[in-house]
Amino acid sequence: MTSIANVPTTAILVVALVLLMLGALGVMIRRDLLYVLMSLEIMFNGAGLAFVVGAAKWQQADGQVMVLLILVAAAAEVGVGLSLVLRLYHRLKTVDADKVSTLRG
Amino acid sequence: MQWLWLVAALPLAGALALGVVGGLMPRRAAAAIGCASVGLSWLVSIFVAVAFIRTHPAGGAFQQTLFRWLDAGALHVRMGFYLDSLSVVMMCVVAFVAFLIHLYSVGFMARDADYSLFFCYMNLFVGSMLVLVLADNLLSLYLGWEGVGLCSYLLIGFWYRDRANGVAAQKAFIVTRVGDASLAVGLFLIFWHVGSLDIQQAARAAAWGFGRDHALATIAALLLVGGAVGKSAQLPLQTWLPDAMAGPTPVSALIHAATMVTAGVYLIARTHALFALSPAAMLVVAIIGAATACYAGFSALAQRDIKRVLAYSTISQIGFMFLALGVGAWAAALFHFVTHAFFKALLFLSAGIVVQALDEERDIYRMGGLWRRLPWASWSFLIGACSLAALPLVTAGFYSKDAILRAAYSAPQGATALWAAGLLAALLTGVYIFRVFFLVFLGTPQSEVTRLPGALMKTAVAVLSLLALVGGFVGMPRALGGFSPLVHFLGQALGGLAAGAGGAMLLVISSVVSLAGISLGYLFFMRLAGLSPAVSRSAAFRVLDRFLLFGWGFDWLYDHAFVRPYTAIAKVNRGDFVDAFYLGAAWLAGMANRALSATESGRVRNYATALLLGAVVMVVILIWLK
Repeated sequence: MTSIANVPTTAILVVALVLLMLGALGVMIRRDLLYVLMSLEIMFNGAGLAFVVGAAKWQQADGQVMVLLILVAAAAEVGVGLSLVLRLYHRLKTVDADKVSTLRG
Repeated sequence: MQWLWLVAALPLAGALALGVVGGLMPRRAAAAIGCASVGLSWLVSIFVAVAFIRTHPAGGAFQQTLFRWLDAGALHVRMGFYLDSLSVVMMCVVAFVAFLIHLYSVGFMARDADYSLFFCYMNLFVGSMLVLVLADNLLSLYLGWEGVGLCSYLLIGFWYRDRANGVAAQKAFIVTRVGDASLAVGLFLIFWHVGSLDIQQAARAAAWGFGRDHALATIAALLLVGGAVGKSAQLPLQTWLPDAMAGPTPVSALIHAATMVTAGVYLIARTHALFALSPAAMLVVAIIGAATACYAGFSALAQRDIKRVLAYSTISQIGFMFLALGVGAWAAALFHFVTHAFFKALLFLSAGIVVQALDEERDIYRMGGLWRRLPWASWSFLIGACSLAALPLVTAGFYSKDAILRAAYSAPQGATALWAAGLLAALLTGVYIFRVFFLVFLGTPQSEVTRLPGALMKTAVAVLSLLALVGGFVGMPRALGGFSPLVHFLGQALGGLAAGAGGAMLLVISSVVSLAGISLGYLFFMRLAGLSPAVSRSAAFRVLDRFLLFGWGFDWLYDHAFVRPYTAIAKVNRGDFVDAFYLGAAWLAGMANRALSATESGRVRNYATALLLGAVVMVVILIWLK
């Protein structure tokens, strides 16, 4: 039976990094604000996975607690982000992040 | 004598009143204030002079301190007036001649716009000159000196709508500025070495302070000469004066007779203690004077503009004064200043009548036959010309010029050459001034008289005519009784009266020379009506004529040596290469601004990327530091 304890820590950290990078790439190259928000969620999960691995390796509960905090923060972030996107769509009839650049210098 | 400060304050107050509210006044009121301020100043000066002569203040001088002007370190300057016999004479003559010129101006400028402005400038001019003359320290003197320069600029360019007048005004200002700079350096040197700018203290201190240090005394004296040369239009800074004729004629009279050009003579007489320490500087002054007297005499021979002839004659006569100063005959120089003020003002005022009568015609070859039609101007010009040419015995100019020639004859250095140069200049004087007289007033009429002088103008020339005749009787040579109260009076302040050779022989020689000059003028321009055609058409004569007409080409020389290189450099440096540094800094800031504002794209994705890159860099740095 394979448990998470048998998987090498490094492999899981690599997965976490890949998740983070995928999310970051999404934030950088997607123009649709909904996709940007989704990419942000992926980045959160990458970071959360790293915490879980740390907690399992050192048998400390702190990492688990941090993941819970991240989940709550992500939920709040999505709430705020989606409402912002809605308001934006009402005003400008677009959710393209590049077209929303009226603050350029 | 407590009223002394009023002498200078009244014209300045008049200038202030006219400058502030003059534009609102009716013309009569402006003229009344302009004349009254100078007239009252003259009355006060007479009153002060009489009080001075009667009371004989201790030390031969009266000093009045008005207020503290500057206190900085070792420099303490008080605004104060100093009255001794030298400033008494200067003050009275300046105020009196200026008053007559103001009266004349009322009529002369009657049809001119900017009437009150004219009197404002004139009053300021006279006030500055009186400050210069009465100042008890060199800084106050310099204040008056610069004020005089400013007013000359304003008045020469008074008819500023004509571009040439503005150019002439600038030329006068810039050329005299060269001398002023030299004077300022001289003042610094005196203060640095003597530690005081008070004229009397400096003179006393100079006597022992410079005593063994002759080189510095000579340098200081020469720097003062530089200033005097600029203001008094002597070689080599004489070029501004003929062009200064662009101003209205009363201004020319004021510049030449009472204010401005005599300031240089006064400066040297005032600081004569310094010059007495330096024979070399004295010799320079004498040579400048003699050379200028001859130079301007020759130049005046070829001028066609009546006012330019008079301008060159002023340069020549001031040259005589410098000659007298250079041979140590301080009193003779001042005597000539007094008589010159009378006859030169007279000549200018009568020339002004002529020019105005002929509708601004100034070319003497287009005048003629005015003797019957302008009797006042004719008689007064004749009297002025006789006095200028030193007609023996009956004119003022004879006595003062004779005093100078006698002093030159007995000069300690270079006597014969200086005396001969003086005689040559005296001879030329008679020729050039009677050339003008015969061409303008005799001969055939060529143009209509359109305007006759008013009563005030006539009064002014009448008074000056009288003085141009009798003004010299206060300085008789010894051979004619030696009645010379003026020269003795001046001797109180100037000391060391140069006795001069008293021989009657010198008197006869100078009389013969002046008569010869007048006769030559008569011969050439009346009897022969010009030179014979064969001579006057020859190429050599024409070249000579043009050479003299343009004042020996000094203008050409300065134009090529200074003005053109300067303007060429200015043109090359139009972008001003010093500014390049500042402009470069501004350009750099602009570029940085543009680069940074480009990062503010307003695109969230770019911000996120930058954030991420920053985080990566931070992480790398942290790892690397570990």
